[in-house]
Amino acid sequence: MRLAYWPGCVSRGFTPELHGSMAVVAERLGLELVELDRANCCGAGVIAEHNQELADTLNARTFAMAQKTGLSMMNICSTCQGAQSECQQRLDADASYRAHINEVLAAEGLHYETGLTNKNFLWLLVEDYGLERLGELVVRPLTGLRVGPFYGCYILRPTSRLGYDEFPERDTYLEQVIEVLGGEPVDYEGARKCCGFPVITMNRETSLKQAARHIGDATDAGAEALVTPCPLCHLNLDLQQPDAARIIGEDLGLPILHLPQLVGLVLGLEPKELGMHKHVVSTSGVERRLAAQVATA
Amino acid sequence: MPYTLRIRRYDPESGAPPYWADYPVDLEGHKSVLDGILDVKDREDGSIGIRCSCQAAICGSCGVRINGQAKLACNTKLRDAALKAKDDAITVEPMGNMPVMRDLIVNMDAVHWKKVQRVVPWLEPAGPPPEREYIVPPESMIDVTQSMACIHCGACVSDCLSMEVDPLFIGPAALAKAYRFVGDPRDSYTEERLRDLAEDPHGIYDCTHCFNCVQVCPKGVAPMDQIMRLRRRATRDFGIDDSNNGRRHEESFTRIIEKKGTLDERKLLQDSLGPLRPQGQIALLRALPTGLRGFAKGKITPRKALFHEKLEGMENVKRIYDHAEDHAEELNLYIIGEGDGEEEPDRDAHPRMEKEPAMGEAPEAETRAAAPREPRPEPTGSEGPS
Repeated sequence: MRLAYWPGCVSRGFTPELHGSMAVVAERLGLELVELDRANCCGAGVIAEHNQELADTLNARTFAMAQKTGLSMMNICSTCQGAQSECQQRLDADASYRAHINEVLAAEGLHYETGLTNKNFLWLLVEDYGLERLGELVVRPLTGLRVGPFYGCYILRPTSRLGYDEFPERDTYLEQVIEVLGGEPVDYEGARKCCGFPVITMNRETSLKQAARHIGDATDAGAEALVTPCPLCHLNLDLQQPDAARIIGEDLGLPILHLPQLVGLVLGLEPKELGMHKHVVSTSGVERRLAAQVATA
Repeated sequence: MPYTLRIRRYDPESGAPPYWADYPVDLEGHKSVLDGILDVKDREDGSIGIRCSCQAAICGSCGVRINGQAKLACNTKLRDAALKAKDDAITVEPMGNMPVMRDLIVNMDAVHWKKVQRVVPWLEPAGPPPEREYIVPPESMIDVTQSMACIHCGACVSDCLSMEVDPLFIGPAALAKAYRFVGDPRDSYTEERLRDLAEDPHGIYDCTHCFNCVQVCPKGVAPMDQIMRLRRRATRDFGIDDSNNGRRHEESFTRIIEKKGTLDERKLLQDSLGPLRPQGQIALLRALPTGLRGFAKGKITPRKALFHEKLEGMENVKRIYDHAEDHAEELNLYIIGEGDGEEEPDRDAHPRMEKEPAMGEAPEAETRAAAPREPRPEPTGSEGPS
């Protein structure tokens, strides 16, 4: 399966382990990723807040680059998914608006036409790759590992914009993936709530309280790790976890995995190859659990 | 087909804690959850507390949480609710973020209406009133019709995730209401309103973009979109330099992409906090341990922190900025609909907010503001109070 691949900024910035783990996991899965290395930032909703037309044009540029490859597009960031889907919805709604934006893109020899498929790795894994096929590749199942899903808002809402009419189960895919990898999905309050990251520089307390609450709820529900398809959520849940713990005055310490890392572990890749040593919250507990299984198998 | 309603019961006078009770309902699937509750009240237990009136998604009285999500009970069919039900029981509980008075009734006065009052929810026109009605161009009112569609059911307040951790957050309904006046050309306190909401630490910059309000609003108000409009007006139109880093964050993000094409997180953090201000320096110091943790783990390398590579072909990004920053068109899908884009629509048929016409402009297009054009007929309701 060949895909036009948009890794987003954060996976190549403050969560380099996401970009790296996606690369090795793609190879194992047989996904050929054609990286859109000249594409620009999606704007993360912030540029749209500043100027909608600017955000729409910047993303139309990325879509047009993907269309030039003749391939479907894949991203590995819930926020990119949401911000891009929002722009795509506006571009697709009005032919004259689209024509206007295409005039600006024409100077670069680009043109956006409706009909581009842009899917987060999670959606692609379930809808196109197939869980059965993924299950066949499992060499080190998560057996018994209790993993809490953490989706990220941008991949969940609004459902009318994010293809839920066609794929109504998209808000359960993480649970489905955890299960097929042999783990036990943990049901807890925060799985579909906000990590708080977007306001970290504006209202640190609101931001970190959200992160802390979800980590706490997941821990109380027995989770041994969380898994997320969003690197921005990862920043608030992992990089900021010690600060979040301080804000609520409690000890936390829940490892947060990127989705490709969880898949990679089960496919037999080593934690180091998946960049798990780059996490702030140690993942050694998860690694020990998996190693013990291999030993007893 | 029989359904089970699992209703959250609570009577503060009894001294007993809240509990769940199951009630079978033998109604057809197209009947509403409210029909189900009223049926149970008739047949089984008249003491169940629920507020309702019009039963047609107009009055906004019957907001409850159905299967964990805020909805109008009258606007939710039993068969649709059953699809999302766990253990074959449709759960019905009072809305969140507001104190429960009894069973499914929450205290809207204590939270929702108090917050609405907070945003000065009335028009403040300048000068003495005209002899007859205020005259404004129609396109200047179209933009606020979306926020006028609010029926004050409280669904967005219930499910607001910022309010869940910060009860002081002004919140989605009240901020949508604020935009209704900020966007009204007859109002004379636009800048003061924006400054007030931008400076409030629980104002427009306390929203985390979680989209819950957009998802649960039964009238398509999209409160979060109205909050983003408030931010846009505050920063772009009035350059309001708030002390919550709202404008600095938006500006620095936008300028980093203009210069480099992709996000330089280190620079975003630094510029958002405003390193030249004493408060910014304190905030940066507070963020320092986080950064050091990133260094220690190899997430952030010195090279990455000091040097962010420019995207190849930046002249193309710059060209987009040059055009869009000047043009700044805003497309509101609530107004124009979500067509398939195949038809070539008449651009003049749906004027957009390219530049908000000032009061008194475009005299040939004048109309009475008291009767703004209805942009999109809605089957279930009409305009709410404005």
